Parts: sequence; C-alpha cells; structure tokens
Amino acid sequence: MSRRAPKLGRGVALVGAGMSKFGAFADKTSRDLFVDAFNAMTKSMDKAINTEDIDALYVGNYSSDLFEGQGHIAPIMADWVGLVPKPATRVEDACASGGVAIREGIIAIASGIYDIVLVGGTEKMSNLPTEQVTDTLASASDATYEGSCGFTFPGLYAAMATAYMDKYGASVEHLMKVGIKNHNNGALNPKAQFNKTIKDLMNSRIEKAKQKGEQIPDWHDEIDFLRDPRANPVVAWPMRLFDCSPITDGAACILLVAEDLAKNFSDDPIYVVGTGQGSDHALHERDDLTSILSARIAAQEAYKMAGVTPEEIQIAEVHDCFTIAELLAIEDLGFFKHGEAFKATEQGLTARDGLKPINTSGGLKSKGHPVGASGVGQVVEIWHQMRGEAGPRQVPGKDIRLTLTHNVGATGGTCVVHIFQRR
Amino acid sequence: MVGKFEGFEIPKPIPALTEDTKPYWEGCARHELLIQHCQDCGHFRFPPSGLCPKCMSTNTEWVAVSGKGQVYSWTIFHYVYHPAYAKDIPYNVAIVQLNEGPLLHTNIVECNNEDIYIGMPVEVIFEDVNDEISLPKFRPLSK
Repeated sequence: MSRRAPKLGRGVALVGAGMSKFGAFADKTSRDLFVDAFNAMTKSMDKAINTEDIDALYVGNYSSDLFEGQGHIAPIMADWVGLVPKPATRVEDACASGGVAIREGIIAIASGIYDIVLVGGTEKMSNLPTEQVTDTLASASDATYEGSCGFTFPGLYAAMATAYMDKYGASVEHLMKVGIKNHNNGALNPKAQFNKTIKDLMNSRIEKAKQKGEQIPDWHDEIDFLRDPRANPVVAWPMRLFDCSPITDGAACILLVAEDLAKNFSDDPIYVVGTGQGSDHALHERDDLTSILSARIAAQEAYKMAGVTPEEIQIAEVHDCFTIAELLAIEDLGFFKHGEAFKATEQGLTARDGLKPINTSGGLKSKGHPVGASGVGQVVEIWHQMRGEAGPRQVPGKDIRLTLTHNVGATGGTCVVHIFQRR
Repeated sequence: MVGKFEGFEIPKPIPALTEDTKPYWEGCARHELLIQHCQDCGHFRFPPSGLCPKCMSTNTEWVAVSGKGQVYSWTIFHYVYHPAYAKDIPYNVAIVQLNEGPLLHTNIVECNNEDIYIGMPVEVIFEDVNDEISLPKFRPLSK
C-alpha cells in the first residue's frame, strides 16, 4: 500500500533567517549562540516581530547532553529569547536534527495547530577533545558492530568513498575538488568558520615557511598542497583532513508562518513548497554504498509535493559533512546522473558561477558543521541568496526562484529535503 | 595518543550480548559463523534481531554459513579516534559480503593493507578476545 501524494494542509512561508558566526568559541554556550542567531534572524526581517506572536519553538540539537552535560535544552532556548510559556520541543536526528526541526515546524503550521513557529538549531561542540567529539558523533552509528572493529564515523564515509571510486573511476583528487570549491565560497562568507580559500591556506603556509627560514614547500596549486601529507594528512583512506567538515559551535534560526500571514512579516517572503524525509539502513544492510536511499526518498517526496523537477532547482545547499557526501547528494537529488557528480564538479558545474551552484555558503566543509544547527544554517543561505542579499557570494546572473536544502543524519539513517520558492 | 591515557590500558570496545544476539556471539566463540535465516521468506539477515525486516516473521533459524565472501568496501584508518586502536595505526576496516548475502563490518587479517581491493575473495577466521567473545575477521581466501 503506497501513501497518498504528500501535500501540505496549508501553505507555509519563510519570513526571516539568521545565524550566529560559526566557529570555535571557548566563551560561548549553545544558548549564547542561539541568542546570536535569533538576533540575526530578527534583523533579517522586513517587519518587526513580537515574541508573544510566536506560537512555538522547535530546536534541532544533536547532543547537548554529551557535548555540554545539558539535556532538555528546548525550554532553555525558549527562555533565553523570551518565548516562555510557549511550547518548546527539541528535535534529534543526528546531523539532520536542524532540517527535521524545520520539517516539524512546517508540519505543525500546515496542520493548523500553530500559525507562527520559530525553528532553531544549536550545537556547542568545541569543549571536548576531537576523540571525544568523534566518540559522541559515533553514537549516531552502530556501537556493537562498528565499534568492535574500529570503525568510526569518518571511516564509514571513507568506505562509501572507496566504493564510489571503485565503481565510477573517481580519484582522491576529485574529492579534493569538492573541498576547494566549497572553501572558495566560504571565503566570501563572513559567518563561515574557515572563510579562507585552500589557496589562501596554502600561501599562508608557504609564507610561514619563508619567515621561519624553513624549506619552502614545492606546491604549485591547491591539488599539490592537498596531496602533501604534511599539509593534509590521511584520516581514513581515501579521505584526508580537508575532506572532513570541522568541529563547530554555532546556531541558526528561521521564522515560519502560515502563508496567509506572510506579508504581515515580510515584503518578500519565501514559500516552502516541498518537504520530504526518509530513513535508511545501517551501512551493513545496504544494497549500495554509492547512493543513500533516505536521500532519494526525501527528494522524491519533496519534488512531488512541489511539482518540480531536479532540473528546475537553481541552487542547493547539500550536506557535505565529507567531500564524498556532496558527490552522493547531488546524484541522489537527481542534479546529475549516478557516477557523474565528480565529473560535473571537475567541470565547475557546481561552482558559484556554474550551471548548478552547490553550497554557495561554503557548505559544512568551510562554513562549519555545528551538527544540530547545520540544517537550519542551510536555509539561512537560501534565504539570503533568494532575496539577493548574499553580498559578494551572491550567485551571479540568476534570478533565484527555486532552491533546495538537503540535510543528512549520520551516514544517511535520516535525510530531509526542503524546496523553497520565491514568487 | 595523547598523554592523558598513558598508564591506563583502555580496552577495545567489545559487543554487549543481548537475548537476540547471544546465539550469534556464542557461535563466534565456538568459531562458527551463524546467521539468522527467515523460515518464512528465506531472507538471511545480519545483524541479529527479533524479526525479519523483509516479512516481519519471527520464525527464524540459525544457520551455519560458509564464512566465505568478498570485500564489499574498505578504508584504512590513519588517525586515532579510540586510544585502544592507537597501536594498530594504520589499520584496515572492511565491509565483507558473505556469499549468502549479508554484509559484516570487520578487519582483513593476514594481508597487507595495500593488497586489499573491492571484490577480493575472503574467508572468516575468529580472533578470541576473552572466554565469551570471539570476533569474526576475514583473511584472503586460501586457494
């Protein structure tokens, strides 16, 4: 028995979006970051909002319990932005927590139970040593069967990369090109954790070597730099350090309202026209490691609801927790055929001035990946790009009317896709 | 690994036995690879669980499988994420597909990391961790 065609009970619009600076902040907690994001969101709005008008809060957060020793954070976030006594709910689906929180907000408004919903995401990860962060992230994976053979999170994506390279003939250099492209975008994003290009990083290393009177590395371009294990050590072959997104503190907030209220809050609202979500097996139960079922399912549902095709999507923010993840994403979303994403990336089709710009924000790779906030941060970029407010990283020569976000939990156990339209 | 672990012996994670997984791990302890076989739809499933995800049947038998299969995918860890694996770096982790179908997370042994490839024929051997736990590992299939 198949489901009836998915549709929203009533229309939902996006009327504001903002994020904190992403990075590593010793002097900030997840609630401080959340307030930063909330303030950025209210500043992004065309008209003022009173907190008493907001009906409810959904907040994406993966693991404040383990990262900060603090559970039950939704009412805390509500309190810090003046929402008490409104209902506040935390949503957890690993790295897709933020995207799923958005979906819960959309569903709540579409159902008619709320008119105005604040959706946020927040994560404070930099308190812990890398091993402990990875350990916490690994708890999104299977402890018994992955832990006992030394399989940790980056390795799972590495095994997917190995399978992809074997099946389609892609090389480690193709993975590197995803990172180079995303850093080129992130360099133009003042909120990004690493707002530097790989070339900037390479040149600063060369400069440092010169100053110290050390041997000057023989790097002619970014690929030379990324191939050098001194600059870019192997983490889990075929993935190196620069194939991985960083450990990040950050928060993001968006305001969703019933479509008929949109003009009360915004002169130029963005409409949610599609949303989809799916789940997938653990890696050891999959038929194929080079494609993620949950992403295909989520995309199909969102496209069907929106009545659009992948070709019509003009730009997208996709979940590039690792470089291989971006290649899988843009194939699973139908932007490129299976086995073609690495060639498309090499040809510059996914660059900011390409046919299908992907991760104009810098993506998780360069903008940063504060797990529970990442999915909401994607929508912040879409908001700015669709309204022509993205500054130096604004996609050139495109009137952006249709966009998509793609947010994955762990290795694809969850995927959530949203489609946005500017009318 | 960082200094704070010096002087401590941190063991590798070992599986916790549950009612559903006990026959599997008891089989491993006897150096026998047992996989659940659905008696209604014939699906071989791994990891062990209380119901067949294909047909929802709880009618299951444990079947000793050949232990032969091939490498489905693999990676080599160069970075220490768990202190117990520090001395193994660089070590491989592989996903092996048994001839009967299921995929297992494991390590390839008796083989150089450089020689592992997708499609490589392998067979199971067991590594004893303690009296209760033996872990299935795979080595290149002897001709």
